[in-house]
Amino acid sequence: MLSLTWLVPTFPLIGSIINGFWGLKIGKDNVGKVACGSVILSFITTVLILFGLIGLPAENRIYEQVMFDWIVAGDFAVQWAYQVDPLSMVMMLVITGVGSLIHIFSIGYMKEEYSYYRYFAYLNLFMFAMLILVMGSNFLLMFIGWEGVGCCSYFLIGYYFDKQSACDAATKAFIVNRVGDFAFLLAVMFIFYIFGTIDYTEVFAAAPHKLIYDGEIAIIITGFLFLGATGKSAQIPLYTWLPDAMEGPTPVSALIHAATMVTAGVYLVVRCNILFMMAPMTMMAVAFVGGGTALLAATIGMTQWDIKRVLAYSTVSQIGYMFLGCGVGAFTAAIFHLITHAFFKACLFLGSGSVIHGMHHEQDIRKMGGLKKHFPKTYFTFLVSTLAIAGIFPLSGFFSKDEILLHSLIDGNIFLWGMGITGALLTAFYMFRLVFLTFHGESRVDPDVHPHESPDIMTRPLMILATLAAVGGMLGIPLIHGWHVLHNWLEPVLFIDWQTIVTNSTRMMEEHGHVAHLSHLLHHKEHPDAGLEVALMFLSVGVAITGIVGAYLCYIKYPKLPETLTDGQWGYEIVKNKYMVDEIYDETIVKPVVQGSRLLWKEADAKAIDGTVNGVAQIIGWCSKQAKQFQSGYVRNYALSMIIGFAILLLVVF
Amino acid sequence: MFLTFVTFLPLLGAIGIAFLPEKDESLIKLTALGVAITDFLLSLVFYFNFDLTTPNMQFELSAVWIENWGVNFHVGLDGISLLLYIMTTFLTAICIVSVWTVKKRIKEYMMALLVLSTGMLGVFVALDLFMFYVFWELQLVPMYLIIGIWGGARRLYASIKFFLYTAFGSLLMLVAIIWMYQLHAEQTGIYTTDLMTITNNIDIPFGPQKWLFVAFFLAFAIKVPMFPFHTWLPDAHVEAPTAGSVILAGVLLKMGTYGFLRFNLPLFPYACNEFMPYVGWLAVVGIVYGAFVSMVQEDLKKLVAYSSVSHMGFVMLGIFAFNHYGIQGALIQNINHGISTSALFLLVGVIYDRRHTRMIKEFGGITNVMPKYAIIFMIVALSSIGLPGMNGFVGEFLILLGIFQADAFMAGVATTGVIFAACYILWMFQRVMFLKSNSPENAKLKDLDFREYAMLLPLVVLIFWIGLYPKPFMKTFDASVTHLISKVDPSNFKPKTHTEHADSGHAGKTEHKTEHKTEHKKESHSNAH
Repeated sequence: MLSLTWLVPTFPLIGSIINGFWGLKIGKDNVGKVACGSVILSFITTVLILFGLIGLPAENRIYEQVMFDWIVAGDFAVQWAYQVDPLSMVMMLVITGVGSLIHIFSIGYMKEEYSYYRYFAYLNLFMFAMLILVMGSNFLLMFIGWEGVGCCSYFLIGYYFDKQSACDAATKAFIVNRVGDFAFLLAVMFIFYIFGTIDYTEVFAAAPHKLIYDGEIAIIITGFLFLGATGKSAQIPLYTWLPDAMEGPTPVSALIHAATMVTAGVYLVVRCNILFMMAPMTMMAVAFVGGGTALLAATIGMTQWDIKRVLAYSTVSQIGYMFLGCGVGAFTAAIFHLITHAFFKACLFLGSGSVIHGMHHEQDIRKMGGLKKHFPKTYFTFLVSTLAIAGIFPLSGFFSKDEILLHSLIDGNIFLWGMGITGALLTAFYMFRLVFLTFHGESRVDPDVHPHESPDIMTRPLMILATLAAVGGMLGIPLIHGWHVLHNWLEPVLFIDWQTIVTNSTRMMEEHGHVAHLSHLLHHKEHPDAGLEVALMFLSVGVAITGIVGAYLCYIKYPKLPETLTDGQWGYEIVKNKYMVDEIYDETIVKPVVQGSRLLWKEADAKAIDGTVNGVAQIIGWCSKQAKQFQSGYVRNYALSMIIGFAILLLVVF
Repeated sequence: MFLTFVTFLPLLGAIGIAFLPEKDESLIKLTALGVAITDFLLSLVFYFNFDLTTPNMQFELSAVWIENWGVNFHVGLDGISLLLYIMTTFLTAICIVSVWTVKKRIKEYMMALLVLSTGMLGVFVALDLFMFYVFWELQLVPMYLIIGIWGGARRLYASIKFFLYTAFGSLLMLVAIIWMYQLHAEQTGIYTTDLMTITNNIDIPFGPQKWLFVAFFLAFAIKVPMFPFHTWLPDAHVEAPTAGSVILAGVLLKMGTYGFLRFNLPLFPYACNEFMPYVGWLAVVGIVYGAFVSMVQEDLKKLVAYSSVSHMGFVMLGIFAFNHYGIQGALIQNINHGISTSALFLLVGVIYDRRHTRMIKEFGGITNVMPKYAIIFMIVALSSIGLPGMNGFVGEFLILLGIFQADAFMAGVATTGVIFAACYILWMFQRVMFLKSNSPENAKLKDLDFREYAMLLPLVVLIFWIGLYPKPFMKTFDASVTHLISKVDPSNFKPKTHTEHADSGHAGKTEHKTEHKTEHKKESHSNAH
């Protein structure tokens, strides 16, 4: 079964090619069938491979399939090879599983589009690239997927390419991502420089021997990798592209900008967990960037009026949690949250898509309200997912978020935990603000808009996702040890040989004349006190309920309250304008670059360089003009110069 | 003999066309196309018969030409020139397709293209300094004519600028060639211009090496063109007709980088290592500067021209990494740039033929009326950005990897080029292809026709082929690059009188290199005393 691996990315690629070339000819129905069929096939294959993988003993659960030599130059050789291990398996299941549902939803959502085929060709291509990203067995193949998904995201954000805002958003997404990719590339080059290979297995096996714990090299490599991750996963400082990316069709936001692509950065960090574990300084940065982003995006999310933008900031915030988890070394928790987030956020985005679809492309929640009765199914699934993201027991988000918060306290520090728990409060608040404003209260719908529930093809995927969002927490039930399925599953990928690290790092540091104090790394970490764990659980449920009650008071009970609170507050204005980060980037980076370039062109290129060249030409021209006068053709002039020359000659000789 | 035949076949074709009646345009076109395609197919024979294991010249022919001066007619191909040679015949055929609809003096146009083809092929096969120089100058003439006759409004200014710039460089090269000729004769007593003999036997002292390096450097750097010798390029491109631009970008610029690999590296290894930081930084400045200036261009062709400055900066950087990754990357990037930039110029030509303008602000919303054109344009644009899976990435990554081994900071600055490339290409693409149309004239444009497909699709195929499976291309470089690297390796270029460390292995790591360098400097000082 494992030998089927190569089929997983191949199905969507074939689907994309069929729809891209013959999409107009085969008609909308067939386009939909091809697109969904290819992804579902790929999901089925993934499940088969999963069984194959389960069949292996835990420590041997890694399978590599080499397709062909890709780039070979001297001793640098990269193969096009797939690697399936517990981590990539989890990602493949999420991608193909959630991907299938979103593809099916899209059939209904995109029904009226003329270039239906174009949409599905891109979407399938995205699936291909995303699968390459998680299945590649080396950093460069991951980079194909990494840039490939960015490129498909560019196509899909700019799907409505005659809209200025869509084009700007697409270009912005690509360029901001490229900043991250630049860092990724440097990291890959650095890794090759140090390790002489870019194959995961070889690099990670060599890491304890070649890197010094907390050494500069480890910090630089992981630092660049993390900067790359912030681009793709929309973290501070590169998060600004994601809210704008909402210009794309809503299922795209669900698939690319919530469930899969934006979590690629988390995958990258978890994949390189050993490198990050050897760079505690980077880990600290990861944790603080994650926590900071979670908090910052949550505050912005409270002030937005566009249903998709609220969800976009929520995504940024939730990915922040995942990085917070990574940063304190709770990689399992990060992946756990990645999975549950994929369920509930995909459901939320698709739910918002269902609303937007039924409201004839109205996205402003001020023009909604009371939609509960028009969208019964959508409302129900939306509510379940909102409860999940808010962290209400026993829905999935509760377990995964709680695990991150627990680890941020016991493995991190009180600040990190504080950021996390505050973020959780805000999350519950802004998510229920969204629910109350959209589905509850008085209707503020335009009289000429007639809301209607979406067809089954759209609501069924919603129900499946809502179910998953509800029960997904089963993957990681805390307290009862041995029941944490995900933890046991990921164990082999996350195993770190501290003994070797400490021995080698100590030796290498001593060679450089430093004294190493690394023995503390060897202490076995004790499992947290059950009492603390339970206390934290109650606390976070309490916090979530506080947020929900707050939202209830503000938007149902006393609808005038928010306005009176925020009116004329400069703080509110700043948050509402997203802390002016876009404007600041514009003024400090974009404009100077463009104006500087103009200056370079008009002044340096045209005047200085070309001026010099033309100047030289003119001087030569002037000289020859002077010289030309000697060639006047008058004999008397020639005679004169002969006499002068002869006289000078005489003077010189005598 | 066969190599000579393939090289001169286009010239024979041009002579043949001269006798055809001017009225019968289709006969002229078909003859020219037939010659070009035959030449391309024949040149593939070299690929299939190429011996991958040896760095030596293959398909060689050497005959005495001017006995008194020791000038030989000497041609041959190795891993460095093979693909450039094939690309030249390939692009010639594509260019002939691209000028199919030209009305003005079509007979002369076809003849000029074919003569140009022989000139360029000659440059890549010539293994005699005199012969190289003759071809180097020869291809200037048809190019000058192509810009000067079929070019745009300021074509005279552009063609003269092009000619003078290049002629200035080649003049310096001529001086350097004569110097080497004399030096070789002094050292061995044999008067010869044979490049292989000179490369193998001459032992140039370090002082003159520097001067010779500079002379050759200027000639080639103008051709590449490296910053700050690039200002002829935008003018030439803007005024040149589409075919001229394609040849200019696709082949002529490659002569510069080829020159570095054929002359500077093997002949002046000491000077190469000495000047490496300067050349490297010039290349990096070129990468960033070209990208910046490209971003704000208003004319599509100028934009592509400045992007060439940026891309060729990458190639130069790879060459001066002096290691496997860098030089192989540079060689494949040479080909990639030839494909992608040629395709970009062809695409600009397609839209220029329809709208008779290249101003970005005149366009917008072209995707709506020309969807197939849009797809191909997008693919080519992304390849030019260096999207992984397409050709540009393979070259760029290897180059950056190579230079990283030599100077990580330089690599870091050069890598910013990938960000800026995305900026200028995507911004341009958005304004031309997306959004709403700025002019009613755009509404009735026709999508690609068969001829345009015929010239664009082969390039698109190559874009993906090299991007996904570059092995058939890159394997041709291996042996020659290994040989070349051993030549520039500081441990191997000591004067012949000293003990030779042949094949001591190339470490490829900075610390080793600098070690050798310092060791070497000491020695050269003691030599001077």
